[in-house]
Amino acid sequence: MSRLFRSNEVLVAVTIVLLSLIIGLNNPTFFSVGNLFDLLRSSIVMGIFAMGVLIVIVSGGIDVSFTAIGVFALYSTTRIMKEAMPDASIWIGFLIAAAIGLGLGMINAFFIARFRLPTLIVTLGTLSMFHGFLLFAIGNQIIRNVPPAMDAFARSALVRIPLERGMANLHPAILITAGVTLLVWLLLRYTMLGRGIYALGGAREAAERAGFNVPRIQYFIYGFVGLLSGIAGMTFGSMARQANPQDIVGTELNVIAAVVLGGAQLTGGRGTVLGTILGVMLVVIANNSLVLVGVPTVWQRVVIGLIILVGTGLPAIQSKRASKQGARLAEV
Amino acid sequence: MQATQKRNSFMKRLMGESQTLRLFIITVVIFIGFSLVLGDKFFSIRNLQSMAVQFPEFGILAFAIMITMLTGGIDLSIVGTANLSAIAAALVLTRLSGDGGAGMPLEATIPLAMLAALVVASLCGLLNGFLVSKVGIVPILATLGTGSLYTGLSYVITGGPAITTTQLAFIGNGSLAGMPIPVLVFVVLAIVFAVMLNRTSFGFNVYMLGTNARAALFSGISEFKVLVRTYWLAGLVAGIAGIIFLARANSAKPDYGASFILLTVLIAILGGVSYTGGFGTVSGLVLSVLSIQFLSTGLNMLMLQLSGSSAAIFFRQFAWGALLLLVMVVNYYVEQRRQRAT
Repeated sequence: MSRLFRSNEVLVAVTIVLLSLIIGLNNPTFFSVGNLFDLLRSSIVMGIFAMGVLIVIVSGGIDVSFTAIGVFALYSTTRIMKEAMPDASIWIGFLIAAAIGLGLGMINAFFIARFRLPTLIVTLGTLSMFHGFLLFAIGNQIIRNVPPAMDAFARSALVRIPLERGMANLHPAILITAGVTLLVWLLLRYTMLGRGIYALGGAREAAERAGFNVPRIQYFIYGFVGLLSGIAGMTFGSMARQANPQDIVGTELNVIAAVVLGGAQLTGGRGTVLGTILGVMLVVIANNSLVLVGVPTVWQRVVIGLIILVGTGLPAIQSKRASKQGARLAEV
Repeated sequence: MQATQKRNSFMKRLMGESQTLRLFIITVVIFIGFSLVLGDKFFSIRNLQSMAVQFPEFGILAFAIMITMLTGGIDLSIVGTANLSAIAAALVLTRLSGDGGAGMPLEATIPLAMLAALVVASLCGLLNGFLVSKVGIVPILATLGTGSLYTGLSYVITGGPAITTTQLAFIGNGSLAGMPIPVLVFVVLAIVFAVMLNRTSFGFNVYMLGTNARAALFSGISEFKVLVRTYWLAGLVAGIAGIIFLARANSAKPDYGASFILLTVLIAILGGVSYTGGFGTVSGLVLSVLSIQFLSTGLNMLMLQLSGSSAAIFFRQFAWGALLLLVMVVNYYVEQRRQRAT
């Protein structure tokens, strides 16, 4: 089995290298520091979201409400900071956003764990609920005049490299993504909770018999995903220097595609942090750089669709073949 | 004593066994409720007419999602399919007739346009069926992927903006024997689905597959055939919805009706279609479509009256999500009671 994971990750890595070479040979600016930093910048928010989605998919669920949670947390936090604590530091902002995200995630968890409802339909419902509530009750105008702490954070840089024209900046929010990635890796790899998440995705019944408290694991999963989504939304807004209640929602598929591409399987308790990182990189490169090789941006959705179909189709064929082989062996 | 017993059995029937009756009462209560609260703003010929032209769009799509849910699957690509079909029809109409077209007579182009829409829709549905049954991808993910693919193709074809044509307006605005044509299409589809699900072996197989896939396999039902037909039908129905989109809006665009996925899932679940497959009736679905339309119009009027702000339209978005969760929780408790009773 582990050979299968590795081969999948190697496949994605090889695709990234090949795609980069093709794009780079056509357009050398692809390999410039500026473009590299741009790509990293584009992966920051998707990376955080993807770590949350990975956990959900490994557990055998699917969450489509995380974008609504992200933008809900961003917009509410921006308003709270503006109106109640204009001088607060950005960390307070992230703390509030994370708390709001956690709260909304717990609503998902409640319906999923308490009533054993299917995750897709629950989160389809809460997606509409959260976004509708945000637009209806909290605000539907873009906030361009963000609090000074967010403004300062947007302008900060981890690394500055002078270019011929201007500067190439690497935004410090990449550290948030790195931190989250490390945390999720440790969680999935070294904790009992992580084992429980894989077990739940593999077979719920077996996980229960093995003594895992499935509802409690589900509360953790959806709460944690909410928390990460809150942080991701806040990161998005403090990099864009605005809070637009219509942003982020509608990009669910890009993130799900990245995670599925990274080898996570909705059906079988499989998926790794490394694969997800590679998946995010590939989707970001495909989204940002297809233009560089002359593929118009209108093709983006087609590409995302194909990625999902190939990413889910190949393992499905493999497992079908494996079960057929198993059947043949049994007959012999 | 006997009276209470009688009432108990009536309540029991209301709660568990006769879901259609329950839905019928809910629908009537919603209608009367809004009529009382909003007066002749809601209960008027004009409003009834305006509601009648609105519900067939998502009502027709609800049949598409229903049949896939009956087999235990789901089709999240129906809106993408509908828009792609509408664009195919609009392209045929604008390229072959009208201003700047090839000058073909409209009598020939209109059937051709509809055919184009239905062919495209069939192809979309067949691809879904192939991916679900032959390749073996979970329906959620397969149709999530193809939904993105079909919507993406719509963007590629149009480049983004809508294709405008008023040549199907006679369908969107017209009526036949006093009934708006979209409503007529909805009614015909309801009858076709009712007959197909209750009177044909295909319908039986669909329920069978949804109830117990393993038993269906052992009783000699070809899962492949049933699934391909199911998703093909879902695509075809979505194509019909696409033609109605075009006829009503006089334009076809890639991102029309983005909220219809949630709405159709809500309609199906409210109508008693089980997401695990095997259960669901056409009468339940039709009542559910009607009550959602009453709720939609009524809530909009009510919120506008109460808040007076334009944000009222967003309340519906919240309400649909909340209602979906509420219905599922109610179903959960009904199911629990039923299990305890037996």
